[in-house]
Amino acid sequence: MLIGLSIVVFIIARLVPGDPARAALGPRATQEAVDALRARLHLDKPIYIQYAYWLKSVLQGDFGESLFTRRPVIEDIKEFLPATIELALFAGIFMTFFGLLLGVLSARYANTWVDNLVRVLSYLGIATPAFVVAIVLLLVFGMYYEIFPTIGRLTPGMPSPPRITGLITLDSLFTGNLATFWDALKHLFLPGISLSLGGLFQEARITRSSMLENAKKDYVGAARAYGIPERVVFSKYLFKPSVIPTVSILGLDFASLIGNAFLVELLFNWPGISRYGINVMLRKDVEAIVAVVMILGIVFTVVNIAVDLLVAYLDPRIRLVAREE
Amino acid sequence: MGKRTVWGKWWYKFSRNPLSVVGLGIVCGIVFVALFAPWVAPYPEHAGPYVNYGEANRPPSFSHPFGTDAFGRDILSRVFFAFRSSLLMGLVVLAIVVPVGVTLGLVAGYFKESWLDVFIMRVTDIFLSVPPLILALAITSVLKPNLTNAMMAVSVMWWPWYTRLVYGMATSLRNEYFVQSAELLGASKFHILFREILPNCVSTILTKMTLDMGWVILIGAALSFVGLGEQPPKPALGTMVSDGARYLPEHWWMAVFPGLAIMLIVLGFNLLGDGIGDLFSLEEA
Repeated sequence: MLIGLSIVVFIIARLVPGDPARAALGPRATQEAVDALRARLHLDKPIYIQYAYWLKSVLQGDFGESLFTRRPVIEDIKEFLPATIELALFAGIFMTFFGLLLGVLSARYANTWVDNLVRVLSYLGIATPAFVVAIVLLLVFGMYYEIFPTIGRLTPGMPSPPRITGLITLDSLFTGNLATFWDALKHLFLPGISLSLGGLFQEARITRSSMLENAKKDYVGAARAYGIPERVVFSKYLFKPSVIPTVSILGLDFASLIGNAFLVELLFNWPGISRYGINVMLRKDVEAIVAVVMILGIVFTVVNIAVDLLVAYLDPRIRLVAREE
Repeated sequence: MGKRTVWGKWWYKFSRNPLSVVGLGIVCGIVFVALFAPWVAPYPEHAGPYVNYGEANRPPSFSHPFGTDAFGRDILSRVFFAFRSSLLMGLVVLAIVVPVGVTLGLVAGYFKESWLDVFIMRVTDIFLSVPPLILALAITSVLKPNLTNAMMAVSVMWWPWYTRLVYGMATSLRNEYFVQSAELLGASKFHILFREILPNCVSTILTKMTLDMGWVILIGAALSFVGLGEQPPKPALGTMVSDGARYLPEHWWMAVFPGLAIMLIVLGFNLLGDGIGDLFSLEEA
């Protein structure tokens, strides 16, 4: 599937009008220099040969050279990807935790004011694009009440921890630097929330409806009839099966989260791969665009596999069927 | 039963949920404002390359309910005109995507386990393996940035959702008795696909189309937010938000009102789509 994606992306990239070699060298370069660069990048050969060359080098971890930063694209990606992963993880955890919480609350107190409040918030939250949430948060928290920082990953002057995973929060924890950890966490807060709100309310709605659905089932009634305490019925018999649909849409939510990261990183000046992606896109830096799309495709595929495994873990029906085969 | 009473019955069911009616109201309002923008907008000439620095950066007031931007243009008028390109984008994208996606889904679902099925669904999976916004951004970025190319890019990444939706329905419908009897009677493949299977998918497709109007407009706004949609001086909601974001927090109205406008559009179509979905599920029940 990733091979297929690479073909599609490659074709799109090569459809760009204009000559990338000419674009890189500028209008005043001699024709010989342009031709030499074209030959070096294999641009003078048919497209399937170009693809073969490209695939070969990608498999060796070489995404070519960014025509504008003049660095290997893979170096740029190594530098920027961890920031995005950190942000996405924070947003994902926040989204899942509060999504489940709100969903459970509104199912527990169905048709009361709690439920109605969550419902109204859900409609608004799902309809508001992440970049609009980001702007409102920037305005309210970042600028009027200066509680949370709005730019970058760390306060300028704060020494960044030694690079172990590239995730500043984790690195600072490993090295026992709590002040840095706290600072990094505060920086994560606003962009993380802007990214997670849409998915959060979606999760809440799905959790609510699947809990109410399951509450009608006979086995729940049976558990109550046995005199099992309401608290246990709720958490053990009702909550566990109701989580499954919520978890299985995590993959989709993650897709929109990564997509929205493109805009939110821009607003918060977050030095992640999405902001890098926008910059190379605006400059038509083809090699880098292809690499960014491919890398995010890989990340997305990995996340989906992880979600599938998680669902299989939670849902004995899937787990046992798979084992029998 | 007369036509009027059928509509009356539908309206009765639809209006049972007040949220659906709110959604319908929002959508109708936006469509009205967009259609008649030149007459409804207080300053229609501000939708173009109009400059009046004397009126620049005015906060919301009676004469400019949403304030004015850095060029002295009335933001309310620009929002009205921006609705036009947003709605146009939604309509054009769906007009391209729905026939293509639905046909592919029908074919792949009906000829299940043939090479056609494998091929179509493989390609669909490829397109679904990347977050949609990223692919749309990548495609638009290598083309010339304008509304037409943005619509094309969004269409390219949107059809697989319909293919997958219809595929699921077609694979189960192909085993129904009415399809099998049509086959026995020697009906053509075309007849089976479009006259037997398709009508049973219409309600689901319609519901998804209504919801998708909102999402396509949202993606369009995201594209114009990074400058890859409608080009200035023509107004686009996303562009207005990103331009306005530079003047935060002093001139907050520049970004906030266009942002709320996007929210309102998406909210309207979401509520309406949910209402239509409920309508069909009630009909079947």
